[in-house]
Amino acid sequence: MTIDPTLMTTVVTAAQSTPTLVHAVWLIPALPIAAFVLLIACGRRLGEPFAGWVAVAGMAGAFVASVLTWIGLRQMPGDERAFEQNLFTWIGAGTFHVDLGFLVDPLSVTMSLFVTFVATVIFIYSIGYMKGDPDFSKFFVYLSFFAFSMLILVNGSSLLVTFLGWEGVGAASWFLIGFWFQDDANASAGKKAFITNRVGDWGFLVAMFFTFLAFGTFNYTEIFAHVSPVASTTVSAIVIFLFLGAIGKSAQLPLYMWLPDAMAGPTPVSALMHAATMVTAGVYLLVRVNPLIAASDPWVGTTIAIVGGLTALFAATVAIAQRDIKKVLAYSTVSQLGYMVMAVGSGAYVAGIFHMVTHAFFKALLFLGAGAVIRGMNSEQDMTWYGKLWKFFPITGATFIVAWLAIAGIPPFSGFWSKGDILGMAWHKSPVLWAIGALTALLTAYYMTREVVLIFFGRRRWTELEPTAVDAEAHDEHPTVDANGNPLPTGPGAPHHVEHGAPVQPTEAPAVMTIPLVVLAVGATVLGILNLPFGDRFKVLEHWLEPSVHLGESTWHIPAATQWGLEIVVVVLSLIGIAGGYYVYQRLTTTRDEQLRYEPEILLNSWYYDLGISAFMGGPVRRASQWLATTFEWLVIDGAVAGTGRLLSVGADRARRVQTGHVRNYAFGLTAGAALLLIFVLYRASF
Amino acid sequence: MMLLATVGPEAYLGVSAILFAIGVGGLLLRRNPIVMFMCIELMLNAANLAFITFAHELDDIGGQVSVFFVLVVAAAEVVVGLGILVAIMRRRPDATADDLDVLKG
Repeated sequence: MTIDPTLMTTVVTAAQSTPTLVHAVWLIPALPIAAFVLLIACGRRLGEPFAGWVAVAGMAGAFVASVLTWIGLRQMPGDERAFEQNLFTWIGAGTFHVDLGFLVDPLSVTMSLFVTFVATVIFIYSIGYMKGDPDFSKFFVYLSFFAFSMLILVNGSSLLVTFLGWEGVGAASWFLIGFWFQDDANASAGKKAFITNRVGDWGFLVAMFFTFLAFGTFNYTEIFAHVSPVASTTVSAIVIFLFLGAIGKSAQLPLYMWLPDAMAGPTPVSALMHAATMVTAGVYLLVRVNPLIAASDPWVGTTIAIVGGLTALFAATVAIAQRDIKKVLAYSTVSQLGYMVMAVGSGAYVAGIFHMVTHAFFKALLFLGAGAVIRGMNSEQDMTWYGKLWKFFPITGATFIVAWLAIAGIPPFSGFWSKGDILGMAWHKSPVLWAIGALTALLTAYYMTREVVLIFFGRRRWTELEPTAVDAEAHDEHPTVDANGNPLPTGPGAPHHVEHGAPVQPTEAPAVMTIPLVVLAVGATVLGILNLPFGDRFKVLEHWLEPSVHLGESTWHIPAATQWGLEIVVVVLSLIGIAGGYYVYQRLTTTRDEQLRYEPEILLNSWYYDLGISAFMGGPVRRASQWLATTFEWLVIDGAVAGTGRLLSVGADRARRVQTGHVRNYAFGLTAGAALLLIFVLYRASF
Repeated sequence: MMLLATVGPEAYLGVSAILFAIGVGGLLLRRNPIVMFMCIELMLNAANLAFITFAHELDDIGGQVSVFFVLVVAAAEVVVGLGILVAIMRRRPDATADDLDVLKG
């Protein structure tokens, strides 16, 4: 319904002129942007829920196009699976030119497939979640724009096209985190995400400058064909700066702190962008340039792996003390992204992508489940005010438990296989990395069990009223109309005050929301089949991705005994974590106050890292900037400018005295000059 | 031609140098604009005399051609220069060169 008739004819002619389906790749980003344009033009007139279905159609179309591209790619011989489509010359300046083109290879198709699939499911869910929001159609405008940017990022044939998508998803992230910008905190969270990402984007830009200096091109295929003559130091610099970009986008230490705040956005946004797809862009970028990582110095991979491992552990510790249902999942996302980065740093690109795919399913499922609970609990997000919701949310609860088992790494759910792959490869890199990863797995199981118990089991806490004085006071702070007298939006999660413990009738989500949950739950359960460690025959994803990651783990041989031994240890650790979480939150404690004893203040405040950064930026850095802005600017910058003027003025005042106006002075000057010339000539002639 | 045969080129160049020196001296020391103007003419003619001498000595017609150029330029200069001087003297009959300093920086 979003396809322009002229576009369709173009497709038909393209398909006729070439035998393969890979030419459909341009449709993957084109369909979401078509939906975007259509929604901008008449989204409000389409209204609810048709605007949403337009976006879903664009996204589903993109998924179909991805499938077609995938089929086309499969028709090509195994080792020649790469196809470049150039739409037009984007930038042409002399010998330098960048095409707006797409690179179809197993890696980009894999990304396109899971991104478009998860996005379609979440778009459908959003129709239910955003019901009643005054900006319903605008939400889908932004979502479609995000999908377009993400697919440009994934399919771009050069660093610059990828960067175009990279910035696009950054902008979409800003739009959507601050979607309910009437609340100041949401708008600030959007700004925080955007500005933090700028630090990473700076790294991406510098990496591109280096790439252009070293290779003279941005095109991936051309770069990878000319890696060997370039000095490994140069390649290392490029990779490290790209990694800085990845740190920003994939929320790694030290730039992770925007992601937990990004939960201010509507929950489908958290699920789609800040869990399943956008934040994986950093990992994807690193896998995309894996020939560069292979050609760089060994310390580069080690650095990447260490940053990933530390992030995984750090975020997992913080997650065990968060009370906001979405904050736990946000830190969990940071932690799981840390796993993926650790895998990439260890050279286990396939394991990283594998975990990215399975994580997209189970983490999107967790977020959507959380959204369903938030919606059903009248926008309450503090888990300490939940409890024993199991019978009110049968479908949400069941799918949430599937996702919980998947992320905790319990076989046969998908997370077990992908996490097992990563930890096996980490062991191959260094047992220390494995130990960090295994400890993280234990913590993951613990905090996810805590979340499940706090929401669905334990004691019913949402009927316990708060003192009324607090309620009355809070009511005054949150008027229901804005300054102009217009009513404030009242959609789920919209910026209205939540009364803790207010009377609420928990209600299960409608079918438009629960069906996506079930679809994702199926994926979270079975997707382990993509890459089973039972032998070469079962490693489907590894064989499929081989043309894109030549130097990946397929060349390694980890003894089966070691691999299985490690898997068993990790499963045992995960079970300990689950048992611990169950014991503490189901058996040991019943009341809110008792539970808080197991949630250290320092972890709730993420080791005071965020506050430390704020204190540092707001304290010394702000004072230094103030000094620069006032004293230094005034004395040195302005001083230099004004000084130049004064110097010229005073100097000219002196110099003009030469001009006496007396013709005899000038005549004397002329004569003296002529005399000097004469002496000079005579002096020269006498030699 | 007879005279040239008996007197060497040193004499002509000597006269030229003396005329030039008188012209320079007059230009720098006198204040009457008309006299200064005459001094310039003296210097130009001293140069002319040197041109003629070298043209004869080196048997090169170029020197004599240069003299014609100098004469033409000097004539033009006199026309313009005297016109300016007359205009100035009409307004300020007793002006010296040092009084005319309106172009002072």
